[in-house]
Amino acid sequence: MASNDSDPDLDRAEERIPAALKILVAGGFGAGKTTLVGAVSEIPPLTTEELMTEASLGVDDTSGVEQKTTTTVALDFGRITINADLVLYLFGTPGQQRFWFMWDELALGSLGAVVLADTRRLDTSFPAVDFFERREIPFVVAVNRFDGAHHYDAAEVREAMSLPPGIPVVMCDARSRASGKEVLSALVRHITESTAVPV
Amino acid sequence: MGTPEGHQGGPGDAGPLVRPYVMTWGRERSDTVQLDMISVVIAVREDVDEIALEPEQLQILRICRRAQSVAEVAAHMDVPVAVIKVLLGDLIARGHLLARAPFKSKSPVSRDILQAVLDGIQRL
Repeated sequence: MASNDSDPDLDRAEERIPAALKILVAGGFGAGKTTLVGAVSEIPPLTTEELMTEASLGVDDTSGVEQKTTTTVALDFGRITINADLVLYLFGTPGQQRFWFMWDELALGSLGAVVLADTRRLDTSFPAVDFFERREIPFVVAVNRFDGAHHYDAAEVREAMSLPPGIPVVMCDARSRASGKEVLSALVRHITESTAVPV
Repeated sequence: MGTPEGHQGGPGDAGPLVRPYVMTWGRERSDTVQLDMISVVIAVREDVDEIALEPEQLQILRICRRAQSVAEVAAHMDVPVAVIKVLLGDLIARGHLLARAPFKSKSPVSRDILQAVLDGIQRL
């Protein structure tokens, strides 16, 4: 501040720039990920395309050359302004299995994750549970209550998904902001209990 | 500045992916700045020399008058994240934009920040 060559514009920009945090919303295709993001986001969900280079070994033995193919993956995301210095982004992960190669990049640096489970197809959320467990990313399971679907209770879902006892299971309606807030709050409390360092 | 490489570029065979790379002079990565999808960028000043900048760059600077994540700028510009990173990297290198790196999971987030996040969610 005492520096003579400080640029007032730059100083002002520095004061106005928040740091970002990221929460992932994962689950099977059609589990309601974008619906949940939209329910809590302060902006209508945006879609961006990430170009991913997928390396695969050449099938042709004589070449021995690594083939690279570029795939475009669409990501839906929303934003929640926490305060002047913090902004939270919610990313819906791509539902199709063939996009798994990009999860590592998406997961890097994330605060935690919501695994959205569809009780009509519980097995579609197993891969997401495995993924976050293996990477020790804190997560909660949110059970989206679809109309007309059999309503399991939390204990039944926990058992069916073989969840460790510490993982919260929350019933939700992905269309409802109040319900989405409960899911995110449960996740942040879970993160606080499982990972936070006291400061 | 490099020239675009690897594109045959014949009329009619230019797919939708070619055009963004023309904007970045064929580069796929920014040489100088490491940006994350949720790095936040903001325009340093409102008055810029419009003649010295490309239309896309001016549009980015307008979008960035409010702090935005890289992903948001990409969505608003309707170009892939990989492309917007290059364009933003140029503007950062030339002092038009300021970037702030996101929190990383490897450095555990403090309880104060988690409490702020919880408060922010509950205010929604």
